[in-house]
Amino acid sequence: MSEKRFVLVRGGRLVDPATGRDGTGDLLIEGTRIRALGHFELPSAEDTLVVEASGLIVTPGLIDMHVHLREPGNEEEETIWSGSRAAIAGGVTSVACFPNTEPALDNEAAAEFVVLQGKRANLANVFPVGAVTLGREGVRLAEMGGLARAGAVAFSDADRCLRSAEVMRRGLLYARLFDLPVIAHCEDMDLRGSGVMNYGRVALNLGLPGIPDVAEDIVIARDLLLAEITMATLHIGHMSTRGAVDLLREAKAKKLEVTGEVNPPHFALTEESLVTYDPNFKLVPPLRAAVDAEALIRGLRDGVIDVISSGHAPHSTEEKELEFVYAPPGVVGLETLFPVCYTVLVERHGFSLLKLLEKLTMNPARILRLSKQRGSLAPGMLADVSVFDISKERVVRSSEFRSKSRNTCFEGWRVKGTTVHVFVSGRCVFQDGEFC
Amino acid sequence: MEDFGKERVEWTRKDLLGLEGLSKNEIYAILDLADGFREVSTRSIKKVPALRGKVVVNLFFEASTRTRISFELAGTRLSADVINFSGASSSTVKGETLMDTARNIQAMGVDILVLRHPCSGAAYQISRGVTASVVNAGDGAHEHPTQALLDIFTIRARLNRVEGLKVAIVGDVSHSRVARSNIWGLQKLGAEVYAVGPPTLVPRGLAKMGVKVSHYLDEILPEIDVFNMLRIQSERQDQGLFPTIREYSRLFGLNRERMKRVKPEAIILHPGPINRGVEITPDVADGPQSVILEQVANGLAVRMAVLYLVGTRVTQPLGTPQHPAPAVLPAAGGPEA
Repeated sequence: MSEKRFVLVRGGRLVDPATGRDGTGDLLIEGTRIRALGHFELPSAEDTLVVEASGLIVTPGLIDMHVHLREPGNEEEETIWSGSRAAIAGGVTSVACFPNTEPALDNEAAAEFVVLQGKRANLANVFPVGAVTLGREGVRLAEMGGLARAGAVAFSDADRCLRSAEVMRRGLLYARLFDLPVIAHCEDMDLRGSGVMNYGRVALNLGLPGIPDVAEDIVIARDLLLAEITMATLHIGHMSTRGAVDLLREAKAKKLEVTGEVNPPHFALTEESLVTYDPNFKLVPPLRAAVDAEALIRGLRDGVIDVISSGHAPHSTEEKELEFVYAPPGVVGLETLFPVCYTVLVERHGFSLLKLLEKLTMNPARILRLSKQRGSLAPGMLADVSVFDISKERVVRSSEFRSKSRNTCFEGWRVKGTTVHVFVSGRCVFQDGEFC
Repeated sequence: MEDFGKERVEWTRKDLLGLEGLSKNEIYAILDLADGFREVSTRSIKKVPALRGKVVVNLFFEASTRTRISFELAGTRLSADVINFSGASSSTVKGETLMDTARNIQAMGVDILVLRHPCSGAAYQISRGVTASVVNAGDGAHEHPTQALLDIFTIRARLNRVEGLKVAIVGDVSHSRVARSNIWGLQKLGAEVYAVGPPTLVPRGLAKMGVKVSHYLDEILPEIDVFNMLRIQSERQDQGLFPTIREYSRLFGLNRERMKRVKPEAIILHPGPINRGVEITPDVADGPQSVILEQVANGLAVRMAVLYLVGTRVTQPLGTPQHPAPAVLPAAGGPEA
């Protein structure tokens, strides 16, 4: 089908934050790019694949800038191929893979391997995030130039916070050379200590060591100050506290080039979910209190938080069957990203679709320097397009995931937002809920 | 003695995981039954056939002498077949997950599993994987329900009531499963609970559990009816949570000087093993107001009652929830009803 020159996505509701468009129409793809939007007659019947989208929403393919696809090193949990399938099934056409693999993505060859595996999977666009420091050890800078040449779209030491403010400062300065952002994991490891969940009433009841919210806020404050003196581009990864939102708001008022992100569990759930000691609710940063979740939603609404990413972190069932304190933190999220966001933010909190989708398309494209090619339905852009059904309710069942792992914190949720069709660079990879 | 079931409330729980979820009546049911069982220990033949043919496994992943022996004796006196397994290792060390351990025990046809584990929530996690009854004999810093029950039993036996008493729990409340179970149990029965210790071990946030927080033992000495002196772990000093054992003892230890300001009828409990001279001086530990050895004797009766109740419970229809439903916030998009 992809041999045909044109694809006509007909009669859908076209929602594109980058152009502000939200209305019914046809989308015409020619080759790899978007040709036009409007109302069309068939360019030529034999040369055109027609995809009916009436009653569905047509959006730029989602860009998920925070995923862990575990390859190389932990292929039993996820591979770039299985993770790409999970992405496409979730309507995500581009993913940024974090460098906490084994070995770490701290050199050009490692980053090129990720790009190559992405091409072999031939589904989503797979971009590496390079490490800031060698081996993610927080001591010596990695060769960011080589990483950038291999296709890195950002730098991060993934789940390790840079303990040394001086190393962070140098990393921010050096990343400027390549005009790429540093994604910070903000967590004071001393204050975290042996903590496994939010510090507070629930942790006290459960007898589990807590992680105070200031463990996050202190490092965010530090990194924002460093971004100010270095004039660098800083993106705060997975924010979880109300303090984080306030700090980012203040920094943005100073016109710094700083952005922030949140993962759905942190605004959709709270620490109360941990009362059953289910390791599928164990995350880093941890699920916080209701006031924090509310502050994150406010931050999303007023634009302080730019991005929603999944934080997709696959873990095997064996690992999640350990004692709570020993089970590794993290949950999968690619396949629940859009439905959970839609259900919680649009249905429950009254966000517009444009508002939600800017966090999932336009803003991550801008931050990762992809916006000349991706993240919009404007004519001339690469035709990464997702089509969702937001009318029907369904139940999240991890047994149906395309990911290799099942560690979701949304099992059994009733959600709206089902992926129907997905196009990557004009090629139909997912049609009527099945891979092409 | 063989007709215990006749006057007590109907016990339907499969497990005893903690006191947080129990009702006042359920706690009284255990205490009243334990009252009856205390008499068994005074007979020349110290055995009743209540659990004959049942298998009790004591699975202890953490060092324990008195609790394990107490459970072993309790099972034996109820005529159950008792098997002990001790291992200092956690499942990660053995390379087996907690759920695999549970499944193996399940496969062996065990009726009651008594579990001691260094991780909070371990008893909870295991109970969901087995149909056998699980009795929590201490899980991390979470709960130690039978210890609290024997503490409350001892208080009631000595002072003839629990309601209205002022009970001070002194020491490392933050990391103590004994403290947590006592807080829940005592509050359900109407006692007023004080948590006493330095702010690093007794954070203000404990007030959210309903207790009164005090950092000055001397301020509350004259009003307290029951002192429960927690064992202080030297590892907390190593972690820097307080400067030295010596200073801890000076600020929070019960000694002869402090006893002068304590009510004459007040009693002193300690879950053991005692660090003599640290949380309590030897003369006080062995003095007339100390009920430490009574606690040990009562522990046996309480554990017999607990094993008896879960071992002969009224069977519920399958699918009846044994645990509080997980609280998930969003009304829309919440889990399936």
